[in-house]
Amino acid sequence: MLCQECQKREATVHLTKIINNKKKEIYLCDKCAQNKEELNFGKEGFSFNNLLTGLLNSEFGTDTPNSSLNLNYNKKVEEECENCGLNYAEFSRQGKLGCSECYIEFENRINKLLKKIHGNNRHTGKVPKRTGGVIRTRKEIQQLREKMQDAVQKEEFEEAAKLRDAIKELEEEIDE
Amino acid sequence: MSITGKINNTLNKWMKASGPDPDVVISSRIRLARNLMEVPFPNYASDKEAKRVIDKVESLLEEEDNDFGLKLLDLEKIPVLEKEVMVEKHLISPEHAEPGQHKAMLLTDDESVSIMINEEDHIRSQILFSGLQLEEAWELGDQVDDYLESKLNFAFSEEYGYLTTCPTNAGTGMRASVMVHLPALNLSNQINDVLRAISQLGLAVRGLYGEGTEALGNIYQISNQVTLGPSEEEIIENLQGVIKQIINQERNARKRLMKQNKVELTDRIYRSYGVLKYSRKISSKEAMKLLSDVKLGVDLGIINDVSASIFNELMVLISPPALQRLTGKDLNSSQRDEKRANLIRKRIREK
Ligand SMILES: [Zn+2]
Ligand SMILES: [Zn+2]
Repeated sequence: MLCQECQKREATVHLTKIINNKKKEIYLCDKCAQNKEELNFGKEGFSFNNLLTGLLNSEFGTDTPNSSLNLNYNKKVEEECENCGLNYAEFSRQGKLGCSECYIEFENRINKLLKKIHGNNRHTGKVPKRTGGVIRTRKEIQQLREKMQDAVQKEEFEEAAKLRDAIKELEEEIDE
Repeated sequence: MSITGKINNTLNKWMKASGPDPDVVISSRIRLARNLMEVPFPNYASDKEAKRVIDKVESLLEEEDNDFGLKLLDLEKIPVLEKEVMVEKHLISPEHAEPGQHKAMLLTDDESVSIMINEEDHIRSQILFSGLQLEEAWELGDQVDDYLESKLNFAFSEEYGYLTTCPTNAGTGMRASVMVHLPALNLSNQINDVLRAISQLGLAVRGLYGEGTEALGNIYQISNQVTLGPSEEEIIENLQGVIKQIINQERNARKRLMKQNKVELTDRIYRSYGVLKYSRKISSKEAMKLLSDVKLGVDLGIINDVSASIFNELMVLISPPALQRLTGKDLNSSQRDEKRANLIRKRIREK
């Protein structure tokens, strides 16, 4: 198969990208693959970033990322934040995330990365009163919902109605 | 404005050397990184979204409870030179001084609180105090943060704390740093051992001016590297403990020098003082080096006719942008060297 980019060389790199929930297959030669922005790792940036991208790239299990593009990359490249559109490879290159949702979208790897950087992945410090409150309330709502479902299953409808009202109240609290 | 007016206008609290342990510690700083929940981080935000961040902050200031007296400054409208002086005074980062859209800051009159808007994170609050006052700076930073948070929705997760553009800042979002003057550790060749020990404790050290370990003016900035895991108080306690040890080591090194090499040390200090007192042209690099000696001389009681804050003040005043601002016209480097020498001579005599 020929490279889709240059139509000249043999395609050696197979990429799967998911854009807006649509799967896209791309076949590239080594050279064109290297020119693709999203596949360039840790080439530039200041030293502190290099340190970080160094950490990020070591996750890919290779010392010379540019010269050893292979199928192992496929899974990583396709991952993209649904909220801001940042893909993980781009993050690896820049060391900067695109939005707060990225922390959820890339959860598994961010979790490991944070542990590598800080030796820790659990915040114990300050909690903002407002947004922190919302987080606490959301958690509470989730627990009440589970209880309510439980009550419905046990046909304890009076209890379920009480729980429903409590949930409603909390939801209104968040909406304010 | 007169030159004196302009100079007073350029100086602020941390330069007046009024805080604790002023012989070693120049300033203490707390920086808190925060982002708004509903807006992409600055590097990914559209023009409109970046503007929205500023609008939100602006409407916050219009409310009655702006107790901190914060004022919004649109950095796009501030002359380049003014911004460069702000960088020298450590009020904004060099990146934030560069031209760009939707860059703003909040500032109090005494300049102890400065908040960058749309830097790497939406909001970066900074508290800058004179001397070793980390706990005090955090106390104020915490209050300012509460105030901002009372109206703004900060991106926060239970697990990872405050969510920041760079994961290296996640968690507390806090960078606590202390600027120290370590001439005796340098003179007695202990500085590299000390710096190595500090970095092994999970703290970051950098020479504030100049590169690597060859810090200009013997000034180093020491800060926490880990922001996720320990609480703010724990981070500060840890840093404070290390700084106290460094203060002791520096003071011991000074004592030892005074005991074992008194003539050499005194000679060096007076020579530096002499050059600053009489030179007609001086580069900022040389000036920083000599001023460091003079500060040591003042702190050791060898030089008595110069005020203790002269070093902190001149460090900022002799920088190219500050000099330019004082004289009000473009200067080439040779003219700057001349102005710098004049300014130093004048300030040293003034007391
Ligand atoms: Zn090709
Ligand atoms: Zn995102």
